Amino acid sequence: MSTKTVIGAAYLASVVAGAVAAGAMTTTAAQAQEKEKCYGVAMAGQNDCAAGPGTTCKGTSSVDYQGNSWKLVDAGTCASMELPENRMGSLEPLERDLPS
Amino acid sequence: MPHANNGNSRFSAFPVSGRSGASLKHTHLNAIFSERDQVGFFEVHAENYMGAGGPPHAALSRVRRDYPVLLHGVCMSIGAPQPLDEAHLARFRSLVERYEPAIVSEHLAWSTHDDVFYNDLLPLPYTNETLRHVCEHIDQVQAAIGRRLLLENPSTYLVFAESDYDETGFIREIVDRTGCGLLLDVNNVFVSATNQGFSALDYLADFPLEHVGEIHLAGHRQQSDDEGEPLLIDSHDGPVCDAVWKLYDIVIGRAGTIPTLVEWDGDIPDWPILKAEADAAQAVLDRHAATGARKIHHAAAE
Amino acid sequence: MQQPNSPPGAAFAGPFTTPLLDPDRPTPPGVGGPGEKAGDVRYNVYRNNVTVSLIDALADTFPAVRRIVGETFFRDMARLYVRREPPRSPLLFDYGHGFAAFIDGFEHTRPLPWLGDVARIERAWLDAYHAADRDPLAPEKLASAPQDALPALRFQPHPATRVLRSAYPAVTIFAANRASGPVGKILERDGEDALVTRPALDVFVRKLPPGGAVFLTLLCTGKPLGEAAAAAGGTEPGFDLGANIAGMMEAGAFADILVPDA
Repeated sequence: MSTKTVIGAAYLASVVAGAVAAGAMTTTAAQAQEKEKCYGVAMAGQNDCAAGPGTTCKGTSSVDYQGNSWKLVDAGTCASMELPENRMGSLEPLERDLPS
Repeated sequence: MPHANNGNSRFSAFPVSGRSGASLKHTHLNAIFSERDQVGFFEVHAENYMGAGGPPHAALSRVRRDYPVLLHGVCMSIGAPQPLDEAHLARFRSLVERYEPAIVSEHLAWSTHDDVFYNDLLPLPYTNETLRHVCEHIDQVQAAIGRRLLLENPSTYLVFAESDYDETGFIREIVDRTGCGLLLDVNNVFVSATNQGFSALDYLADFPLEHVGEIHLAGHRQQSDDEGEPLLIDSHDGPVCDAVWKLYDIVIGRAGTIPTLVEWDGDIPDWPILKAEADAAQAVLDRHAATGARKIHHAAAE
Repeated sequence: MQQPNSPPGAAFAGPFTTPLLDPDRPTPPGVGGPGEKAGDVRYNVYRNNVTVSLIDALADTFPAVRRIVGETFFRDMARLYVRREPPRSPLLFDYGHGFAAFIDGFEHTRPLPWLGDVARIERAWLDAYHAADRDPLAPEKLASAPQDALPALRFQPHPATRVLRSAYPAVTIFAANRASGPVGKILERDGEDALVTRPALDVFVRKLPPGGAVFLTLLCTGKPLGEAAAAAGGTEPGFDLGANIAGMMEAGAFADILVPDA
C-alpha cells in the first residue's frame, strides 16, 4: 500500500455496532444465502467420522511396508471431479518407477 | 503407594476389582451413553488425550463421571536405552491428575530412538544393561505420577541373541527392583509362546501372578515365519480366541478375580460385539468369584 | 554403530531402528527366531507395523486427500512421506505437518496443484480439533469497547483459529471430499481462503470473503483493528468490514479483545 488509509473511530463504531446487531438477528433465507458467500460454513463438524488418528498398541495384520514402485491407480474422486479449464484433471500416468 | 480413591477425589469411587471392561472407542460413545453400567470400566490410551482440549477430553470427562477409567500408556518408550522424554512424562502425569485413573500402565517395550517415534512396541534384549535402563525409567515414571505403575508383558516376534534373561526372569527382576505391578496380557503370552516356541503354561507358571493388577485379552491373526510355521500377529482386530480364553480361565483360577480388559483396536465392531466380549470375561470372573477362587494377595491393586 | 555419547547398553537401538523404514536394508544382526530360525520375516513384522500404522495415521488425518487420489495412490504416496519424514513426537495427532509441502513437491500429484492446499486445510482441521477449549469473544464485550479505543483495539485469537490462503478453490474441493455425498462438478475456479474455527466442540471451515484472510491474519498477529481494516481494504477493493466483523464473531475466531490504555 502506497497510501495509508486511516479509518476513523466513529466509522469503526458504527460498523462494529452494525456487525454485532446483525449477528444477533434471526437470519432470513436470503441473508443465509448471502452468508454462504461470505463466512458461510463450507463444512461443519463431522467430528465423529474425522477425528484423526489414534494411538494403538497392536500389530498390523495387513502387509504394506515394502513398496517402492509406482502403480498409478486412478481410483479417487480426482477422476470424477469436473474442474474448470481442465487444469485440475486426473492424475497422469507415469511409466517409470520412483527412486526409492 | 496412594490409591486414586482417596478422600480428595473429585469422582465417585468405583471399585474395579472383579470387573471386566472395554477399550474406549469414540465411535461407540453414543451407544455407551445410551445405557448405564455397560461394563465395569473403560481403558484409554494416554496419548490420545494429550491434546490441549476438544472432543477427546469432553468425551473422556463424561465417561469418567460414570465409570472408572484405566490409563494405558503406549509411547513412554520405557525399554529404550535413552532417557525418557520429560515433556511426555509431564503430559502423562497431568492426565493421571486430571482423570484419577483406577490403574495406570505402560509397556515393556520402546518406540523412540534419537528423536524419531516409530509408533510400534519394539522389542528389547533382556540383559543386565537393559534391565538397569528399564528400572531407572520405571522409577522415574512412578516418582512423577506418585503411583504404582503396572508394566505389560509384550507380544514379540523375534528374540535377541544377546539376551541373558528369559522374559519372566527379566520381569521378576523389574518387579523386585522397582516395586512396580504387572499387567498380564494373556493374548501376548499366547502370541509370544507360539512365535518363540515356548509353552504358555510354563510362562504363566513362572510369571509372578501375585503382582498382577490387571489382565488384557485381545484377538490376533496368524501369518507364517521364514520356515513356514505359524507367526502370530497381536492385531487386536477380532474376538479373543478359544486358547486365550482357556489360559485366562487358568490365570483367574490361580490368581483371583483381577480386573480384565478386552482390547479391540482394529476393524472395530459395533459396541454390542465388544461389550459381549467384555461380558464373557465378566462371566469367567463371576464364576470364579462364586466358587471362591484362591485369592493371591495383590500388592499391585492397592 | 554405537554413538560415542550413547549410554552403555544402547547398542541394540540404532541397528534395530535404522532398517525399520528402509526395506532395502538387511535384517539387523543378532535377531532371529527360537533355535536356529531366521529373523527376516520376524523383523519385517516390525517394519510393517511401523510403516502401516504411520500410513494409517496420515489416512486418518487427511481423509479428503485420500478420497481425491484413491486408496492405493494415497498409501503409496504416504509410504514415501513416512520414510522421508517420520514423526518426531509420540503424539500421532500432531503428525503430518509437512505432508502438504511434500505433496506440493511430489511429481505424481503435479496435475493436482491444489492438493497440497487441501492437505493444509485438513491439517488445520485436526489442529483445531485438539486445540485448547475456550469461550469465544462475546459480541456484547466487543460492543462495549469505547468508541475511541476501536482503531487501536487488538484481538486475541481463539486457540483453534487458523487462516489459510489458496490460489485454488481448495475450500470447495476440501468440503466436497469431506462430505459423505458424491463429489459433483466443481464450478469455482478462483482462489479461496479458509477460516478454521472450533468455538465449542465442532470444527468449522469457512470460505473467507475478499480481503478476509488479510484482515484476520493481521488481527491474529496482534495488529490493531484500524490498521487491519485499512490494510484489507487497501489490498482488496471489495472488502466489506462490517460483514467481516460479523462473520468473525459468528465463527468464534477470537477469544478476547485488548482495549488500549486511554
